[in-house]
Amino acid sequence: MLKDLRPALVSFVALTVLTGLVYPLAMTGIAQLVFPAQANGSLITKGDQVVGSALIGQNFAEPKYFHGRLSATTAPDPQDSTKTVSAPYNAASSGGSNLGPTSKALADRLAADVAAAKQDNPGADVPVDLVTTSGSGLDPDISPEAALFQVPRIAKARNLSETTLRALVAYSTQGRELGLFGEPRVNVLKLNLALDRLEASKPSGS
Amino acid sequence: MTLIGWTQIILFCAIVIALTPVLGLYMTRVFEGKSTPLSPLLRPVETIIYRVSGIDPDREQHWLSYTLAMLLFHVLGFAALYALLRLQGFLPFNPAEQSAMAPDLALNTAISFLTNTNWQNYGGESTLSYLSQMLGLTHQNFLSAATGIVLAVALIRGFARASVSTVGNFWVDITRCTLYVLLPLCIPFTLFLVWQGIPQTFGPYVDATTLEGGKQTLALGPVASQVAIKMLGTNGGGFFNANAAHPFENPTALSNFVQMISIFALGAALTNVFGRMVGNQRQGWAILAAMGVLFIAGVAVCYWAEAHGTQIMQSLGLSGGNMEGKEVRFGIAASALFAVITTAASCGAVNAMHDSFTALGGMIPIINMELGEIVIGGVGAGLYGMLLFVIITIFLAGLMVGRTPEYVGKKIEAREVKMAMLAILILPLVMLGFTAIAVIYPPAVASMANAGPHGYSEVLYAFTSQAANNGSAFGGLTGNTPFYNLTGAVTMFLGRFWMIIPAMAIAGSLASKRSVAATAGTFPTTGPLFVGLLVGTILIVGGLTFFPALAVGPLAEHLSMLTGATY
Repeated sequence: MLKDLRPALVSFVALTVLTGLVYPLAMTGIAQLVFPAQANGSLITKGDQVVGSALIGQNFAEPKYFHGRLSATTAPDPQDSTKTVSAPYNAASSGGSNLGPTSKALADRLAADVAAAKQDNPGADVPVDLVTTSGSGLDPDISPEAALFQVPRIAKARNLSETTLRALVAYSTQGRELGLFGEPRVNVLKLNLALDRLEASKPSGS
Repeated sequence: MTLIGWTQIILFCAIVIALTPVLGLYMTRVFEGKSTPLSPLLRPVETIIYRVSGIDPDREQHWLSYTLAMLLFHVLGFAALYALLRLQGFLPFNPAEQSAMAPDLALNTAISFLTNTNWQNYGGESTLSYLSQMLGLTHQNFLSAATGIVLAVALIRGFARASVSTVGNFWVDITRCTLYVLLPLCIPFTLFLVWQGIPQTFGPYVDATTLEGGKQTLALGPVASQVAIKMLGTNGGGFFNANAAHPFENPTALSNFVQMISIFALGAALTNVFGRMVGNQRQGWAILAAMGVLFIAGVAVCYWAEAHGTQIMQSLGLSGGNMEGKEVRFGIAASALFAVITTAASCGAVNAMHDSFTALGGMIPIINMELGEIVIGGVGAGLYGMLLFVIITIFLAGLMVGRTPEYVGKKIEAREVKMAMLAILILPLVMLGFTAIAVIYPPAVASMANAGPHGYSEVLYAFTSQAANNGSAFGGLTGNTPFYNLTGAVTMFLGRFWMIIPAMAIAGSLASKRSVAATAGTFPTTGPLFVGLLVGTILIVGGLTFFPALAVGPLAEHLSMLTGATY
């Protein structure tokens, strides 16, 4: 085995440098050159301020915005660092609820959220993605149905017509990729940015 | 279930099958030392490595020297990775100022990446520096994948050769695998992933001010280069905690589809390498067919269960399937498909939280892993795991007709069968043994996130995943405790090496045997009868071993779910 020591050490170091340093550094160099926007996180800026990433959902709680998926992400408790507290859409600590199919906590949460959602839009079926947490806690998208479901609430909060809002949702809906992969979806942050722009361009009082 | 969902699944299978002979031909040439289109570029690099390390590339090794060289390589890998995780606070490329990993967690993590498991008792973005991610983990992703592949190639050589004492040269194989197979595939794959939206930067985390005025810290890093090898090498360790569910690790349904293909690509191709090296590609296709039968059965059950949703959701009038823990851009079909692929192979990346799957949907990943991940399996590990089952199958077939069994021209005798059983039995021993300990040890029970049968399933999943070197989890279980860190490290170590050493002993023993010509009495191993027998053997061995464990976990949970019970 001793005679293997030299080949082991040399090839270990050589392959380590190649795969652990040269490869990621070269890839970073090329990526920054060819796809700088994506390589740096697909950031969305307003003036010189970063308002988020096109790929990462953010927390929307105000009635005037479209809300995203529920998020189960947490953050360390400021009072006691051994514990965590709920911190939706914490993009520095991703994760899901991990509640199982027979979890009482999940059953109670779903029942409460379905009841709350029905107050927003009585009579309509509650879309399942609106009351479930995403796997990452950072899902940027909701289904088109989940966006349309929220239209009455936003119309009221913003004093906009439902027709206008429905058109905005339709305009913001992305189809399946290449017509086949995944599901149709609406990026919530982009939709809300478009909503803010729409209201800003609207003559006041109309 | 929808037509478009099934179209994605069928297209996936078609592409994997189409890639198999192409990659298979290329890899065969690489491991036979023949020239390839990349040789003009890579040959000089290869030569320098051999010259500096004093390797004679033409000198082959006995199976024992080959295995010892592999183990020595792993000792170095372990020492380097453990040191890096413990010292990351003092080292560069650490903009988020992560501090040292605790000793038990660093031990678990080092063993985990060394064994191609990539079980993670930590969240990447909140624990690791960029240096640890790339120099520690990206690098170990390459080497553990290359190790799996070269061991499978050594075993194939055992079948293919006759009356020789050697199975190849470990140093040459590992170098060629990394240079000619893994790196050239990872480079375009990385750029594709960046194009789709995966970050690749050494810049610090970015603070954003959200539309509602909150602060959101966006974790970034050299992600794409690591995701490429994590998938191709069936490693599966996420850069971020949420793994491939994280939009920065899997931004689109297209990136998701290509990632799924990359999980299977090399493992499927190795069946073709096997066929080519033993001189009959149909031998490889027969093995791939057996894998395919088990795969499609798993996908059908998992997709049906997830599309059906849970009792709780249905009673609240929620339709559209079980979206808890899933991402909208993938939907039900691509999430269920991913879950089956990642556990059929020993990848362990997840694009949805398996812990929140329905009872039956979550049982399929457990079964895939319990069977030893022989459906494509880990790169290399899947093939040598499957070949162990082939040996058992051939042995049973031989018993039925009273002849000494043969496979691809080699007599399968007592030594091979004993070694195959030794390797196959280690998995249930550690999976079920440690699960039994954990469910009666109060501090281990306290780690369960869910109550009732599901809490037990979390523990069963944990040890099953680690023994099979998968690395996916029912993530609710709090794994970062001394108990799970230490038992997990032992589980992953045994699951990897207790399988490898008997497999290599078989390689050595087969290589030294004479080849026997096929006669009218030889059982044909390229037809549907053999495929059926192989699938049957796998299911009977797996079923007898694991049914009781599944009955008290997912099956009990499914039945109680139907009555509307919650815990």
